[in-house]
Amino acid sequence: MTGKLYVARSTAIAARSLGDETMVMSATDSTLFTLNEVATVIWKAADGLTPLEEIVANKICMEYDVAPEAAMKDAEDLVAKLAQHGLLLLSEQPIPRAKVVAA
Amino acid sequence: MPGVRAAKQRSDVVVEIGGLPIRLRSSDSDFIHLIEERYVGYTSTSSEPHFDFEIELAPPGTESRDEDLRVTWNSGRWLMERGDFRAEWNPSTARGRIEQTLNPYSLDSVLRIVHTLLLAKKGGFLVHASSAVRNGRAFLFAGVSGAGKTTMARLAPPDAALLTDEISYVTRQDGGYLAVGTPFFGELAKAGENLHAPIACLYLLAKGPENKIEPIDGSEAVGALLGNILFFARDPKFVKLVFDAALDFVSHVPVRRLTFVPDARVWELIV
Repeated sequence: MTGKLYVARSTAIAARSLGDETMVMSATDSTLFTLNEVATVIWKAADGLTPLEEIVANKICMEYDVAPEAAMKDAEDLVAKLAQHGLLLLSEQPIPRAKVVAA
Repeated sequence: MPGVRAAKQRSDVVVEIGGLPIRLRSSDSDFIHLIEERYVGYTSTSSEPHFDFEIELAPPGTESRDEDLRVTWNSGRWLMERGDFRAEWNPSTARGRIEQTLNPYSLDSVLRIVHTLLLAKKGGFLVHASSAVRNGRAFLFAGVSGAGKTTMARLAPPDAALLTDEISYVTRQDGGYLAVGTPFFGELAKAGENLHAPIACLYLLAKGPENKIEPIDGSEAVGALLGNILFFARDPKFVKLVFDAALDFVSHVPVRRLTFVPDARVWELIV
């Protein structure tokens, strides 16, 4: 990944926090994901305006004992998987708020 | 002929499940009789049913068993289609139409779909689970085919009233959840008793070498419950309603794993 990657929660989902985890269901194919604590941090920060690398640097590396490169790779794998199921929108440009739902 | 009056042929019957009376009309009185027999214990004398369905019978042999079920929302109507039936239902007019051949199974499927759609709006759902009432409390036993739903129903002691051996009907009421009897049966081929009770526990079934009950965490409970809830419609609004209902259910009702040996002693744990 060379440019900045912006991530935003899709509107076609249902999501709810459950303790430190977040359960997310695709409203189009009913696939259910349980996001762990770290994935939940990324999910909540996915506002479409903050680049993923900034989320990882400010929300993951500052809070958890993890190397920046490893954290970034894990984050990229996570958002790619969630995007595959339509739960996240990915773009190299900021994503307008109209497409983003509240965490 | 003077002094002789032809017996009036019944052209409709009201089937009431979960307190929702649905009138089914057909010009074929034999089919109405078939419905009355199929839903014995669940027919109603309600003169003001909530919904009306007109059933049109297609000639035998016109159905196809291969087609997948499709439930879609289109222009203010739910459309339900499978190889053996085609139905549409307009919730705002409370009227619908079913085209099917002369068999009770297609209608059974349509009723299950209609009830899932109605329940979702009220925070309820249908779930693959047998259920029974004991000491005034309902217990649900959920699992996929072969997990032991019907086995648990068969093993139920005499003091347990069976609500269903296949599809449990769950409604939200007064901050809790009720299990309601249904005529939807599985291998037991017997309708459940037409009564309801507050749900004390949902057990996720697993067969094993000993009888034991184990707690499970919230996300696992939600995932397992969602995996057993009947999802007919892939409409996003409907999916969100069911998702919210599952999460709310798990926050109000204990969900446990019940590993059991298939003999009557397992019911010693269900009190």
